[in-house]
Amino acid sequence: MADLTTDFLGIKSPNPFWLASAPPTDKEYNVRRAFEAGWGGVVWKTLGSEGPPVVNVNGPRYGVIHGADRRVLGLNNIELITDRDLQTNLDEITRVKADYPDRAIIVSIMVPCEEQAWKDILPKVEATGADGIELNFGCPHGMSERGMGAAVGQVPEYIEMVTRWCKQYYSKPVIVKLTPNITDIRKPAEAARRGGADAVSLINTINSIVSVDLDTMSPHPSIDGKGTHGGYCGPAVKPIALSMVSEIARAPATAGLPISGIGGVTTWRDAAEYITMGCGNVQVCTAAMTYGFKIVQEMISGLSQWMDEKGHTSIQDFMGAAVPNTTDWQYLNLNYISKASISQDDCIKCGRCYAACEDTSHQAIAMSEDRTFSVIDEECVACNLCVEVCPVENCITMVEQQPGTVDPRTGKVVSDDYANWTTHPNNPGAVAAE
Amino acid sequence: MNSQLTPGIAPARLGADELAENFSDLHAPLEPHEAAVAADRCYFCHDAPCVTACPSDIDIPLFIRQISTGTPEAAAKTIFDMNILGGMCARVCPTEDLCEEVCVREVAEGKPVEIGRLQRYATDKLMATGVHPFTRAALTGKTIAVVGAGPAGLSCAHRLAMLGHDVTIYDAMPKAGGLNEYGIASYKSTDDFAAREVAWLTSIGGITIENGKTLGADLTLDSLADTFDAVFLGVGLGGVNALGAPGDDKDGVTDAVSFIRELRQANDLSTLPIGRNVVVIGGGMTAVDAAVQSKLLGAEQVTIAYRRGREAMSASRYEQDLAASHGVKLMFNVMPKAVRGNGAAAEVELEYTTVTDGALAGTGETLRIAADQVFRAIGQTLNTDAGLDLEGRKIAVNETGRTSRAGVWAGGDCASGGDDLTVTAVAEGRDAAMDMHAVLMK
Repeated sequence: MADLTTDFLGIKSPNPFWLASAPPTDKEYNVRRAFEAGWGGVVWKTLGSEGPPVVNVNGPRYGVIHGADRRVLGLNNIELITDRDLQTNLDEITRVKADYPDRAIIVSIMVPCEEQAWKDILPKVEATGADGIELNFGCPHGMSERGMGAAVGQVPEYIEMVTRWCKQYYSKPVIVKLTPNITDIRKPAEAARRGGADAVSLINTINSIVSVDLDTMSPHPSIDGKGTHGGYCGPAVKPIALSMVSEIARAPATAGLPISGIGGVTTWRDAAEYITMGCGNVQVCTAAMTYGFKIVQEMISGLSQWMDEKGHTSIQDFMGAAVPNTTDWQYLNLNYISKASISQDDCIKCGRCYAACEDTSHQAIAMSEDRTFSVIDEECVACNLCVEVCPVENCITMVEQQPGTVDPRTGKVVSDDYANWTTHPNNPGAVAAE
Repeated sequence: MNSQLTPGIAPARLGADELAENFSDLHAPLEPHEAAVAADRCYFCHDAPCVTACPSDIDIPLFIRQISTGTPEAAAKTIFDMNILGGMCARVCPTEDLCEEVCVREVAEGKPVEIGRLQRYATDKLMATGVHPFTRAALTGKTIAVVGAGPAGLSCAHRLAMLGHDVTIYDAMPKAGGLNEYGIASYKSTDDFAAREVAWLTSIGGITIENGKTLGADLTLDSLADTFDAVFLGVGLGGVNALGAPGDDKDGVTDAVSFIRELRQANDLSTLPIGRNVVVIGGGMTAVDAAVQSKLLGAEQVTIAYRRGREAMSASRYEQDLAASHGVKLMFNVMPKAVRGNGAAAEVELEYTTVTDGALAGTGETLRIAADQVFRAIGQTLNTDAGLDLEGRKIAVNETGRTSRAGVWAGGDCASGGDDLTVTAVAEGRDAAMDMHAVLMK
């Protein structure tokens, strides 16, 4: 069986599955049960400064986008950081870490953007014996209105400044958690690196209003008839997060910076994808909040089975393997030509491919009297829409056209030369092909 | 106190609670969440096969999508646009032979989208509001007679009323509804649904129903044609074929349709007598309805004896399995040779059959099975041709229901063309109404 142990910034954990800083990690009771269930680590729910803790609303905190059968696809929350006493949290962290030395415990922190505030809390956190800290520069609601969370994460200079303070007053690894509510995710990542961060984690939640109640005209969740934007997470945000992770993994200024991947990790497969995009581990929240802590068992068994099947003996074996294959559009090979192909044996004759192509695309699927659907190669641009709307997986596939054959759509011979937009004659800024 | 083992024909073989349970809804209605899950399975096919298979051309993918987006009332409107008896059809349609048989998910997975139950969900929702979703067009001043208040007649009358015509429906029975009221199994139309549907349907206005008027006895086609601008005949098939075997006249030998009718109209199921050993002769839906209900009333042994093989049976495989699951024994390739008994039926003698080049013949080998009660379910016949041309044994009509006599249309079981199904009758009544409207407004 594959070895799932990970060493992230020198922090060992038996598997790459950590619970993200969120309600599931708010207290000792939860974290102990999470560790018993098999989680490799937790990022303790964000601590604030000493003194009266923040308060949460006393009405609903969550809203959801549901799929079929009320499957949770996207989760929105307006909960703030921990609303429990700082010392209570610190005592619990100390106890749990002592009892679970093989698991990772990272402490998430959010205090005002003043050096003294960080100087005050960091020694207390260090004293717990926790393995590292994560700076919450991402929370998009409530705390950001008070100049913390995403309000810091949206200003690279602040990120750099606070990160530097943390490296100054804290001896263990510092992870900077990034907000996606920003135009270019590379900028805050670069700032974190400049400030001396050991790693970044992303993404935090995305500004969101999941729905409006059409009777009360209030956004959901509604507190006494009013709503506010919350933070969006869950399976729906995974594509956004994965793209942001790839940008940091690819950019020369941030390449090599360790990444903890967050955003809609629901199955072992999601985790594997994040790791191939350069992450050293993943953090999970919505899946646990939907199904409970037990889901980690599927994540462990699934990742292990896949690694065995692929011959990977450690996480390192495939970490970052997809990064070199992630490029800019301009470098995609325009001489690569494929065509859709429909397996008549697998086709159930629903006609969705036809409706999609005929109404909204390239009129490249023919329908016969007896509901046989076939691709018109002369029209097919290989857009893949039919593949994606077909309810039968692998019924429609994209078949690569072999070099030397003629593309019936263009009448041109398929070339095996690589040629991209940078050298294309239609590109006003084209450079001569080498 | 009687039991299943009480000899002869006797009432109250089962207790009141068990009878009530047995005759409750065959399929419980879908709960909202079940409906959402079931609706989500629909692929919204292009030019969907289910629509092609529906005799009344309901836009099934559209109504299912309307359910999935939380607007079952709009879904019901989509259904009623094509089939004003969509509520009853949702209960009695052999969907396994129609829309659900060709559902791409049936073909792919052997598990179709539950179109019939979804249709019931939508139509029940709208009908429960008590609101009728259609209004009448400006009155035309035309009057039309509809003979027969069954599915064809009701569908025709509703469409005509909607188009602005005034309709009088004549029906031989004391209550409207035709086979919906008198001819289908009780557990398919619970809580007086057939009568409620008639009331809801006629609430559009412009429809008068006169009960106890039989064509050929109380009414003549000539007088109707003189009095009204047009006539629609949806009289169904009132006659029942005889067994054609000795002993047909013995006590205990009755028509399955009569048994079903009495059961439907019974206020107290425990007063209905049923045989300890029941044999149903026939192979259609009526045979299955009679057999299953015999079992549900407490008959100990119930047998359906059908003269041809399983595949020739007009009751669907689903219906056959329903009967079998209730403990009904299905016998194939046997025909009645005689009903034996001293005054009352005691045994049925059956002869095995073979089919050679399509012709059925007895093999000479016989068997006898105990039978206190024998139900004939071997097809029904037209009571009167009203002087119209026939095609086979039914009134000849073209594709829009026109008969050989100008100004007279016909549809449903009494007319040629189409299967003898509720949904087909509804479609024929609707289409005839549209053609009548076109002719009258020319």
